[in-house]
Amino acid sequence: MAKLELRGVQKRFRGADVLRGLDLSVDNGDMVCLIGASGSGKSTLLRCINLLDPIDDGEIRLDGQDISAPELDPQPVRQRIGLVFQSFNLFPHMTAEENVMLAPRRIKRQGREALRPEIAALFARFGLDDRMGHYPDQLSGGQQQRVAIIRALAMRPEIMLFDEITSALDPELVGEVLDVLRQLKSEGMTMVMATHEMSFAREVADKVCFLSDGHILEQGPPAQLFERPEHARTAAFLRAVL
Amino acid sequence: MTATHGAPGPTRRERYEARARRRGSAIALGSTVAVLLALVVLIPLAPGWEAVKKSFFNAEIFARTFPGLLQAFLLDVAIFAWCAPIIAIWALVIALARDVRSPALYPLRLFAVIYTDIFRGIPVILIVYLIGFGIPGLGLQRPWNSPYIWGSLALILTYSAYVAEIYRSGIESVHASQRAAALSLGLSRADMMRFVVLPQAIRRVVPANMNMLIALQKDVALLSFIGPVEVLRQAGVYKSLLANFTPYVVAAIIFLCVTIPATRYADYLIAKQNRARS
Repeated sequence: MAKLELRGVQKRFRGADVLRGLDLSVDNGDMVCLIGASGSGKSTLLRCINLLDPIDDGEIRLDGQDISAPELDPQPVRQRIGLVFQSFNLFPHMTAEENVMLAPRRIKRQGREALRPEIAALFARFGLDDRMGHYPDQLSGGQQQRVAIIRALAMRPEIMLFDEITSALDPELVGEVLDVLRQLKSEGMTMVMATHEMSFAREVADKVCFLSDGHILEQGPPAQLFERPEHARTAAFLRAVL
Repeated sequence: MTATHGAPGPTRRERYEARARRRGSAIALGSTVAVLLALVVLIPLAPGWEAVKKSFFNAEIFARTFPGLLQAFLLDVAIFAWCAPIIAIWALVIALARDVRSPALYPLRLFAVIYTDIFRGIPVILIVYLIGFGIPGLGLQRPWNSPYIWGSLALILTYSAYVAEIYRSGIESVHASQRAAALSLGLSRADMMRFVVLPQAIRRVVPANMNMLIALQKDVALLSFIGPVEVLRQAGVYKSLLANFTPYVVAAIIFLCVTIPATRYADYLIAKQNRARS
Protein backbone atom coordinates (compact mmCIF):
# COMPACT_ATOMS: atom_id res chain seq x y z
CA MET A 1 0.00 0.00 0.00
CA ALA A 2 1.24 3.46 -0.84
CA LYS A 3 2.27 5.76 2.02
CA LEU A 4 0.34 8.64 0.52
CA GLU A 5 -2.47 8.28 -1.99
CA LEU A 6 -4.43 11.09 -3.66
CA ARG A 7 -7.54 10.32 -5.68
CA GLY A 8 -9.52 12.80 -7.74
CA VAL A 9 -8.42 15.77 -5.62
CA GLN A 10 -10.18 19.01 -6.55
CA LYS A 11 -9.47 22.48 -5.20
CA ARG A 12 -11.13 25.72 -6.19
CA PHE A 13 -10.04 29.23 -5.18
CA ARG A 14 -12.67 31.92 -5.73
CA GLY A 15 -14.16 30.07 -8.65
CA ALA A 16 -10.83 29.19 -10.29
CA ASP A 17 -10.09 25.46 -10.53
CA VAL A 18 -6.55 24.96 -9.27
CA LEU A 19 -6.61 21.19 -8.90
CA ARG A 20 -8.94 19.24 -11.20
CA GLY A 21 -9.18 15.64 -10.16
CA LEU A 22 -5.54 15.00 -9.37
CA ASP A 23 -4.27 11.46 -8.67
CA LEU A 24 -0.91 10.76 -7.05
CA SER A 25 0.65 7.88 -5.21
CA VAL A 26 3.80 8.09 -3.09
CA ASP A 27 5.51 4.91 -1.82
CA ASN A 28 7.31 4.59 1.49
CA GLY A 29 10.82 6.03 1.35
CA ASP A 30 10.31 7.57 -2.07
CA MET A 31 11.23 11.07 -3.19
CA VAL A 32 8.61 12.44 -5.56
CA CYS A 33 9.35 15.69 -7.41
CA LEU A 34 6.56 17.89 -8.72
CA ILE A 35 7.55 20.06 -11.66
CA GLY A 36 5.53 22.45 -13.78
CA ALA A 37 5.05 26.10 -14.61
CA SER A 38 4.20 28.68 -11.94
CA GLY A 39 0.49 28.47 -11.20
CA SER A 40 0.22 24.83 -12.21
CA GLY A 41 -0.92 23.95 -8.67
CA LYS A 42 2.28 22.54 -7.10
CA SER A 43 2.15 24.69 -3.95
CA THR A 44 -1.60 24.30 -3.58
CA LEU A 45 -1.22 20.52 -3.78
CA LEU A 46 1.32 20.49 -0.94
CA ARG A 47 -0.78 22.81 1.22
CA CYS A 48 -3.78 20.56 0.63
CA ILE A 49 -1.86 17.43 1.70
CA ASN A 50 -0.85 19.23 4.93
CA LEU A 51 -4.54 20.24 5.35
CA LEU A 52 -3.67 23.95 5.43
CA ASP A 53 -6.10 24.35 2.53
CA PRO A 54 -9.14 22.04 2.63
CA ILE A 55 -9.82 20.20 -0.61
CA ASP A 56 -13.23 20.48 -2.25
CA ASP A 57 -13.56 16.92 -3.51
CA GLY A 58 -11.68 13.66 -3.84
CA GLU A 59 -9.67 12.10 -1.04
CA ILE A 60 -6.18 12.04 0.46
CA ARG A 61 -5.08 8.86 2.24
CA LEU A 62 -2.12 8.60 4.59
CA ASP A 63 -1.35 4.96 5.40
CA GLY A 64 -4.80 4.14 4.10
CA GLN A 65 -6.58 6.59 6.44
CA ASP A 66 -8.71 9.24 4.74
CA ILE A 67 -7.22 12.43 6.18
CA SER A 68 -9.22 14.76 3.94
CA ALA A 69 -12.63 14.04 5.50
CA PRO A 70 -14.12 17.51 6.15
CA GLU A 71 -15.23 16.57 9.68
CA LEU A 72 -11.73 15.44 10.68
CA ASP A 73 -9.64 17.53 13.12
CA PRO A 74 -6.62 18.55 11.02
CA GLN A 75 -4.29 19.19 13.96
CA PRO A 76 -3.15 15.60 14.71
CA VAL A 77 -2.77 14.91 10.99
CA ARG A 78 -0.49 17.91 10.47
CA GLN A 79 1.76 16.61 13.24
CA ARG A 80 2.47 13.56 11.04
CA ILE A 81 3.25 15.62 7.93
CA GLY A 82 6.14 18.11 7.82
CA LEU A 83 5.92 21.11 5.46
CA VAL A 84 8.78 23.44 4.54
CA PHE A 85 8.01 26.73 2.79
CA GLN A 86 9.72 28.69 0.04
CA SER A 87 10.20 31.73 2.30
CA PHE A 88 11.32 29.72 5.39
CA ASN A 89 8.65 31.28 7.65
CA LEU A 90 10.76 30.97 10.77
CA PHE A 91 9.33 32.75 13.80
CA PRO A 92 11.46 35.94 13.94
CA HIS A 93 11.08 36.51 17.69
CA MET A 94 12.54 33.12 18.61
CA THR A 95 16.04 31.70 18.36
CA ALA A 96 16.68 28.79 16.02
CA GLU A 97 16.46 26.41 18.96
CA GLU A 98 13.18 27.92 20.20
CA ASN A 99 11.74 27.69 16.68
CA VAL A 100 12.50 23.99 16.62
CA MET A 101 11.37 23.33 20.20
CA LEU A 102 8.01 25.09 20.13
CA ALA A 103 5.89 22.34 18.58
CA PRO A 104 7.38 19.39 20.55
CA ARG A 105 7.10 21.40 23.76
CA ARG A 106 3.46 22.26 23.24
CA ILE A 107 2.27 19.07 21.60
CA LYS A 108 4.33 16.38 23.30
CA ARG A 109 4.24 18.35 26.57
CA GLN A 110 7.96 17.87 27.18
CA GLY A 111 10.18 20.37 28.99
CA ARG A 112 13.02 22.26 27.36
CA GLU A 113 15.66 20.29 29.25
CA ALA A 114 14.14 16.94 28.32
CA LEU A 115 14.04 17.96 24.66
CA ARG A 116 17.45 19.60 24.43
CA PRO A 117 19.62 16.50 23.73
CA GLU A 118 17.36 15.38 20.90
CA ILE A 119 17.12 18.87 19.39
CA ALA A 120 20.87 19.45 19.71
CA ALA A 121 21.47 16.15 17.91
CA LEU A 122 19.20 17.30 15.07
CA PHE A 123 21.11 20.57 14.70
CA ALA A 124 24.41 18.68 14.78
CA ARG A 125 23.18 16.24 12.14
CA PHE A 126 22.73 19.12 9.70
CA GLY A 127 25.86 21.03 10.73
CA LEU A 128 24.09 23.86 12.57
CA ASP A 129 24.99 23.09 16.19
CA ASP A 130 26.80 26.44 16.49
CA ARG A 131 23.71 28.37 15.34
CA MET A 132 21.12 27.16 17.84
CA GLY A 133 21.13 30.41 19.83
CA HIS A 134 20.91 32.69 16.78
CA TYR A 135 17.80 34.58 15.71
CA PRO A 136 16.58 34.08 12.13
CA ASP A 137 17.80 37.51 10.99
CA GLN A 138 21.31 36.56 12.13
CA LEU A 139 21.35 33.55 9.79
CA SER A 140 21.94 33.28 6.06
CA GLY A 141 19.05 32.20 3.86
CA GLY A 142 20.49 28.72 3.52
CA GLN A 143 20.89 28.39 7.28
CA GLN A 144 17.35 29.66 7.85
CA GLN A 145 15.95 27.11 5.45
CA ARG A 146 17.92 24.30 7.12
CA VAL A 147 16.54 25.42 10.51
CA ALA A 148 13.04 25.35 8.99
CA ILE A 149 13.66 21.76 7.85
CA ILE A 150 14.92 20.83 11.33
CA ARG A 151 11.83 22.46 12.83
CA ALA A 152 9.58 20.24 10.73
CA LEU A 153 11.69 17.14 11.48
CA ALA A 154 11.52 17.74 15.24
CA MET A 155 7.92 16.50 15.20
CA ARG A 156 9.21 13.20 13.74
CA PRO A 157 6.89 13.36 10.74
CA GLU A 158 6.16 10.28 8.62
CA ILE A 159 6.40 12.29 5.41
CA MET A 160 7.97 15.61 4.47
CA LEU A 161 6.65 18.13 1.94
CA PHE A 162 8.93 20.77 0.40
CA ASP A 163 7.47 23.78 -1.41
CA GLU A 164 10.15 25.21 -3.73
CA ILE A 165 12.46 25.49 -0.75
CA THR A 166 15.45 26.73 -2.76
CA SER A 167 13.65 29.30 -4.91
CA ALA A 168 14.20 32.18 -2.48
CA LEU A 169 17.90 31.43 -1.99
CA ASP A 170 20.98 32.97 -3.55
CA PRO A 171 22.48 30.44 -5.98
CA GLU A 172 25.53 29.74 -3.82
CA LEU A 173 23.29 28.71 -0.90
CA VAL A 174 21.13 26.22 -2.81
CA GLY A 175 23.65 23.40 -2.47
CA GLU A 176 23.67 23.24 1.33
CA VAL A 177 19.88 22.90 1.42
CA LEU A 178 19.79 20.24 -1.29
CA ASP A 179 22.46 18.31 0.65
CA VAL A 180 20.01 18.09 3.55
CA LEU A 181 17.46 16.50 1.22
CA ARG A 182 20.03 13.99 -0.06
CA GLN A 183 20.79 13.09 3.54
CA LEU A 184 17.09 12.63 4.36
CA LYS A 185 16.65 10.51 1.25
CA SER A 186 19.51 8.23 2.33
CA GLU A 187 17.85 7.88 5.74
CA GLY A 188 14.67 6.64 4.08
CA MET A 189 12.37 9.66 4.57
CA THR A 190 9.29 9.77 2.34
CA MET A 191 9.25 13.14 0.57
CA VAL A 192 7.21 15.18 -1.91
CA MET A 193 8.91 18.22 -3.34
CA ALA A 194 7.79 21.00 -5.64
CA THR A 195 10.90 22.25 -7.38
CA HIS A 196 12.55 24.01 -10.28
CA GLU A 197 15.90 22.27 -9.61
CA MET A 198 15.72 19.91 -12.56
CA SER A 199 19.21 18.45 -12.21
CA PHE A 200 18.51 17.66 -8.56
CA ALA A 201 15.20 16.00 -9.47
CA ARG A 202 16.96 13.95 -12.12
CA GLU A 203 19.61 12.85 -9.62
CA VAL A 204 17.57 12.10 -6.51
CA ALA A 205 13.89 11.60 -7.39
CA ASP A 206 12.29 8.18 -7.63
CA LYS A 207 9.43 9.70 -9.55
CA VAL A 208 8.91 13.01 -11.32
CA CYS A 209 5.40 14.37 -11.96
CA PHE A 210 4.67 17.12 -14.47
CA LEU A 211 1.71 19.22 -13.37
CA SER A 212 -0.30 21.10 -15.90
CA ASP A 213 -3.79 22.60 -15.64
CA GLY A 214 -4.48 21.18 -12.20
CA HIS A 215 -3.60 17.56 -12.81
CA ILE A 216 -0.60 15.36 -13.40
CA LEU A 217 -0.16 15.25 -17.14
CA GLU A 218 2.73 12.86 -17.07
CA GLN A 219 4.79 10.99 -14.48
CA GLY A 220 7.58 8.46 -14.34
CA PRO A 221 11.16 7.81 -13.29
CA PRO A 222 13.34 10.86 -14.00
CA ALA A 223 15.31 9.15 -16.77
CA GLN A 224 12.12 8.39 -18.66
CA LEU A 225 10.37 11.74 -18.08
CA PHE A 226 13.39 13.90 -18.81
CA GLU A 227 14.75 11.90 -21.75
CA ARG A 228 11.57 10.65 -23.44
CA PRO A 229 8.57 12.77 -22.44
CA GLU A 230 5.37 11.44 -24.00
CA HIS A 231 3.43 14.68 -24.12
CA ALA A 232 4.27 17.65 -26.28
CA ARG A 233 3.51 20.01 -23.35
CA THR A 234 5.98 18.20 -21.09
CA ALA A 235 8.62 18.37 -23.77
CA ALA A 236 7.96 22.08 -24.32
CA PHE A 237 8.24 22.80 -20.58
CA LEU A 238 11.49 20.85 -20.28
CA ARG A 239 12.96 22.61 -23.32
CA ALA A 240 12.13 25.96 -21.72
CA VAL A 241 13.74 25.23 -18.33
CA LEU A 242 16.72 23.02 -19.17
CA MET B 1 33.94 55.76 6.19
CA THR B 2 37.36 56.53 4.83
CA ALA B 3 38.42 56.60 1.25
CA THR B 4 39.79 53.22 0.24
CA HIS B 5 42.40 54.73 -2.04
CA GLY B 6 44.04 58.10 -2.59
CA ALA B 7 45.06 60.39 0.26
CA PRO B 8 43.56 59.86 3.75
CA GLY B 9 41.09 62.44 5.10
CA PRO B 10 37.57 63.44 4.15
CA THR B 11 36.36 62.68 0.64
CA ARG B 12 35.08 65.42 -1.69
CA ARG B 13 31.49 64.40 -0.89
CA GLU B 14 32.17 64.55 2.87
CA ARG B 15 33.73 68.03 2.62
CA TYR B 16 30.73 69.24 0.62
CA GLU B 17 28.22 67.78 3.08
CA ALA B 18 30.06 69.25 6.12
CA ARG B 19 29.93 72.69 4.47
CA ALA B 20 26.22 72.29 3.73
CA ARG B 21 25.51 71.20 7.31
CA ARG B 22 27.34 74.20 8.80
CA ARG B 23 25.47 76.57 6.51
CA GLY B 24 22.11 74.92 7.36
CA SER B 25 22.75 75.15 11.11
CA ALA B 26 23.63 78.83 10.85
CA ILE B 27 20.44 79.65 8.96
CA ALA B 28 18.28 77.67 11.42
CA LEU B 29 19.86 79.44 14.38
CA GLY B 30 19.44 82.87 12.80
CA SER B 31 15.74 82.41 11.97
CA THR B 32 14.95 80.94 15.42
CA VAL B 33 16.57 83.89 17.19
CA ALA B 34 14.68 86.33 14.96
CA VAL B 35 11.31 84.71 15.76
CA LEU B 36 12.01 84.59 19.51
CA LEU B 37 13.09 88.22 19.53
CA ALA B 38 9.91 89.23 17.74
CA LEU B 39 7.78 87.35 20.31
CA VAL B 40 9.63 88.80 23.29
CA VAL B 41 9.40 92.31 21.89
CA LEU B 42 5.90 92.23 20.38
CA ILE B 43 3.78 90.40 22.97
CA PRO B 44 4.50 92.86 25.83
CA LEU B 45 3.36 95.66 23.48
CA ALA B 46 -0.22 94.25 23.62
CA PRO B 47 -2.50 96.51 25.72
CA GLY B 48 -3.59 93.72 28.13
CA TRP B 49 -0.13 92.25 28.65
CA GLU B 50 0.42 93.61 32.17
CA ALA B 51 -2.89 92.13 33.40
CA VAL B 52 -2.24 88.75 31.73
CA LYS B 53 1.25 88.65 33.17
CA LYS B 54 -0.08 89.29 36.65
CA SER B 55 -2.85 86.69 36.57
CA PHE B 56 -1.15 83.91 34.52
CA PHE B 57 2.60 84.28 34.99
CA ASN B 58 2.86 85.42 38.58
CA ALA B 59 6.24 84.27 39.88
CA GLU B 60 5.32 84.60 43.53
CA ILE B 61 2.14 82.52 43.16
CA PHE B 62 4.03 80.05 41.01
CA ALA B 63 6.48 79.43 43.85
CA ARG B 64 3.73 79.23 46.48
CA THR B 65 1.50 76.74 44.66
CA PHE B 66 4.07 74.55 42.94
CA PRO B 67 4.76 72.17 45.90
CA GLY B 68 1.05 71.64 46.57
CA LEU B 69 0.31 71.03 42.91
CA LEU B 70 3.21 68.62 42.56
CA GLN B 71 1.84 66.77 45.56
CA ALA B 72 -1.61 66.62 43.92
CA PHE B 73 -0.03 65.40 40.69
CA LEU B 74 1.15 62.28 42.54
CA LEU B 75 -2.51 61.27 42.69
CA ASP B 76 -2.68 61.56 38.88
CA VAL B 77 0.37 59.35 38.64
CA ALA B 78 -1.14 56.82 41.04
CA ILE B 79 -4.44 56.64 39.13
CA PHE B 80 -2.48 56.28 35.91
CA ALA B 81 -0.29 53.58 37.43
CA TRP B 82 -3.15 51.31 38.41
CA CYS B 83 -5.24 51.96 35.29
CA ALA B 84 -2.52 51.29 32.70
CA PRO B 85 -1.81 47.60 33.48
CA ILE B 86 -5.51 46.80 33.83
CA ILE B 87 -6.15 48.44 30.43
CA ALA B 88 -3.32 46.43 28.86
CA ILE B 89 -4.86 43.16 30.02
CA TRP B 90 -8.56 43.93 29.56
CA ALA B 91 -7.92 45.30 26.05
CA LEU B 92 -6.15 42.07 25.12
CA VAL B 93 -9.14 40.07 26.34
CA ILE B 94 -11.47 42.21 24.19
CA ALA B 95 -9.17 41.93 21.15
CA LEU B 96 -9.00 38.14 21.45
CA ALA B 97 -12.74 37.85 22.08
CA ARG B 98 -13.38 39.42 18.68
CA ASP B 99 -11.45 36.62 17.03
CA VAL B 100 -13.08 33.59 18.68
CA ARG B 101 -14.43 31.13 16.12
CA SER B 102 -16.37 28.62 18.20
CA PRO B 103 -20.14 29.07 17.67
CA ALA B 104 -20.75 28.45 21.38
CA LEU B 105 -18.63 31.51 22.17
CA TYR B 106 -20.45 33.73 19.69
CA PRO B 107 -21.98 35.84 22.51
CA LEU B 108 -18.45 36.70 23.63
CA ARG B 109 -17.60 37.91 20.15
CA LEU B 110 -20.80 39.91 19.94
CA PHE B 111 -20.06 41.46 23.34
CA ALA B 112 -16.58 42.53 22.21
CA VAL B 113 -17.97 44.16 19.05
CA ILE B 114 -20.67 46.05 20.93
CA TYR B 115 -18.22 46.99 23.67
CA THR B 116 -15.71 48.63 21.35
CA ASP B 117 -18.48 50.38 19.41
CA ILE B 118 -19.99 51.87 22.55
CA PHE B 119 -16.86 52.97 24.35
CA ARG B 120 -15.17 54.38 21.29
CA GLY B 121 -18.31 56.27 20.41
CA ILE B 122 -18.88 58.23 23.63
CA PRO B 123 -16.69 61.13 24.85
CA VAL B 124 -14.52 60.13 27.81
CA ILE B 125 -15.88 62.91 30.00
CA LEU B 126 -19.43 61.60 29.51
CA ILE B 127 -18.40 58.08 30.55
CA VAL B 128 -16.64 59.56 33.57
CA TYR B 129 -19.83 61.40 34.58
CA LEU B 130 -22.18 58.51 33.90
CA ILE B 131 -20.13 55.90 35.74
CA GLY B 132 -18.61 58.21 38.35
CA PHE B 133 -21.96 59.61 39.49
CA GLY B 134 -24.25 56.82 38.33
CA ILE B 135 -22.83 53.78 40.06
CA PRO B 136 -22.23 55.34 43.52
CA GLY B 137 -25.81 56.64 43.15
CA LEU B 138 -26.99 53.04 43.56
CA GLY B 139 -26.47 53.59 47.28
CA LEU B 140 -23.24 51.68 47.69
CA GLN B 141 -21.48 51.80 51.04
CA ARG B 142 -17.89 52.86 51.68
CA PRO B 143 -15.43 52.11 50.18
CA TRP B 144 -17.54 51.15 47.15
CA ASN B 145 -18.87 54.66 46.60
CA SER B 146 -15.36 56.04 46.05
CA PRO B 147 -14.97 58.24 42.98
CA TYR B 148 -11.44 56.83 42.61
CA ILE B 149 -12.81 53.38 41.84
CA TRP B 150 -15.56 54.45 39.45
CA GLY B 151 -13.55 57.20 37.82
CA SER B 152 -10.74 54.73 37.19
CA LEU B 153 -13.25 52.22 35.84
CA ALA B 154 -14.52 54.85 33.38
CA LEU B 155 -10.98 55.44 32.09
CA ILE B 156 -10.25 51.70 31.95
CA LEU B 157 -13.42 50.90 30.00
CA THR B 158 -12.87 53.70 27.48
CA TYR B 159 -9.16 53.23 26.91
CA SER B 160 -9.47 49.45 26.67
CA ALA B 161 -11.76 49.87 23.67
CA TYR B 162 -9.09 51.86 21.82
CA VAL B 163 -6.18 49.69 22.91
CA ALA B 164 -8.13 46.56 21.89
CA GLU B 165 -8.37 47.96 18.36
CA ILE B 166 -4.63 48.66 18.39
CA TYR B 167 -3.95 45.06 19.44
CA ARG B 168 -6.24 43.85 16.68
CA SER B 169 -4.39 45.86 14.05
CA GLY B 170 -1.17 44.29 15.36
CA ILE B 171 -2.63 40.79 15.22
CA GLU B 172 -3.80 41.34 11.67
CA SER B 173 -0.40 42.70 10.64
CA VAL B 174 1.30 39.36 11.36
CA HIS B 175 1.68 37.73 7.97
CA ALA B 176 -0.52 34.76 7.09
CA SER B 177 2.62 32.71 6.36
CA GLN B 178 3.51 32.83 10.07
CA ARG B 179 0.14 31.31 10.93
CA ALA B 180 0.54 28.72 8.19
CA ALA B 181 3.98 27.76 9.54
CA ALA B 182 2.60 27.37 13.07
CA LEU B 183 -0.40 25.34 11.96
CA SER B 184 1.67 23.14 9.64
CA LEU B 185 3.63 21.98 12.68
CA GLY B 186 0.41 20.76 14.23
CA LEU B 187 0.04 23.55 16.81
CA SER B 188 -3.47 24.37 17.98
CA ARG B 189 -5.00 27.73 17.05
CA ALA B 190 -4.69 28.86 20.67
CA ASP B 191 -0.97 27.99 20.76
CA MET B 192 -0.45 29.65 17.38
CA MET B 193 -1.98 32.83 18.78
CA ARG B 194 -0.12 32.69 22.09
CA PHE B 195 3.37 31.76 20.94
CA VAL B 196 3.61 32.97 17.34
CA VAL B 197 1.12 35.74 16.57
CA LEU B 198 0.72 37.69 19.84
CA PRO B 199 4.42 38.11 20.69
CA GLN B 200 5.01 39.66 17.26
CA ALA B 201 1.76 41.66 17.27
CA ILE B 202 2.32 43.20 20.72
CA ARG B 203 5.87 44.24 19.84
CA ARG B 204 4.67 45.96 16.70
CA VAL B 205 2.05 48.06 18.47
CA VAL B 206 4.28 49.27 21.32
CA PRO B 207 4.67 52.77 19.76
CA ALA B 208 0.92 53.09 19.16
CA ASN B 209 0.25 52.02 22.73
CA MET B 210 2.82 54.53 24.01
CA ASN B 211 0.67 57.24 22.47
CA MET B 212 -2.37 55.85 24.26
CA LEU B 213 -0.45 55.93 27.56
CA ILE B 214 0.38 59.59 27.04
CA ALA B 215 -3.26 60.38 26.29
CA LEU B 216 -4.32 58.43 29.38
CA GLN B 217 -1.89 60.37 31.57
CA LYS B 218 -3.59 63.58 30.48
CA ASP B 219 -7.14 62.25 30.71
CA VAL B 220 -6.66 61.27 34.36
CA ALA B 221 -7.31 64.99 34.98
CA LEU B 222 -10.91 64.42 33.87
CA LEU B 223 -11.57 62.62 37.16
CA SER B 224 -11.33 66.03 38.85
CA PHE B 225 -14.92 66.58 37.67
CA ILE B 226 -16.24 63.82 39.93
CA GLY B 227 -14.29 64.55 43.08
CA PRO B 228 -10.68 63.38 43.46
CA VAL B 229 -8.44 66.34 44.33
CA GLU B 230 -5.79 65.71 41.73
CA VAL B 231 -3.66 68.38 40.08
CA LEU B 232 -6.37 70.04 37.97
CA ARG B 233 -8.82 70.28 40.85
CA GLN B 234 -6.08 71.46 43.21
CA ALA B 235 -5.19 74.17 40.70
CA GLY B 236 -8.87 75.17 40.68
CA VAL B 237 -8.83 75.38 44.47
CA TYR B 238 -5.75 77.62 44.40
CA LYS B 239 -7.29 79.76 41.66
CA SER B 240 -10.37 80.47 43.80
CA LEU B 241 -8.23 81.01 46.87
CA LEU B 242 -5.71 83.38 45.29
CA ALA B 243 -7.88 84.88 42.52
CA ASN B 244 -5.10 84.07 40.05
CA PHE B 245 -4.75 81.72 37.07
CA THR B 246 -1.05 80.95 37.54
CA PRO B 247 -1.79 77.55 39.22
CA TYR B 248 -3.28 76.36 35.91
CA VAL B 249 -0.05 77.27 34.14
CA VAL B 250 1.87 75.40 36.83
CA ALA B 251 -0.36 72.34 36.31
CA ALA B 252 0.21 72.54 32.55
CA ILE B 253 3.96 72.67 33.05
CA ILE B 254 3.86 69.67 35.39
CA PHE B 255 1.95 67.67 32.75
CA LEU B 256 4.41 68.68 30.05
CA CYS B 257 7.35 67.54 32.19
CA VAL B 258 5.93 64.03 31.94
CA THR B 259 4.28 63.96 28.52
CA ILE B 260 7.05 65.57 26.45
CA PRO B 261 9.73 63.00 27.38
CA ALA B 262 7.15 60.23 26.93
CA THR B 263 6.19 61.56 23.48
CA ARG B 264 9.82 61.81 22.45
CA TYR B 265 10.37 58.24 23.60
CA ALA B 266 7.37 57.04 21.58
CA ASP B 267 8.71 58.87 18.50
CA TYR B 268 12.07 57.21 19.07
CA LEU B 269 10.41 53.78 19.22
CA ILE B 270 8.48 54.44 16.00
CA ALA B 271 11.65 55.61 14.22
CA LYS B 272 13.50 52.55 15.43
CA GLN B 273 10.73 50.28 14.16
CA ASN B 274 10.68 52.00 10.77
CA ARG B 275 14.43 51.56 10.47
CA ALA B 276 14.14 47.87 11.36
CA ARG B 277 11.45 47.39 8.72
CA SER B 278 13.31 49.05 5.86
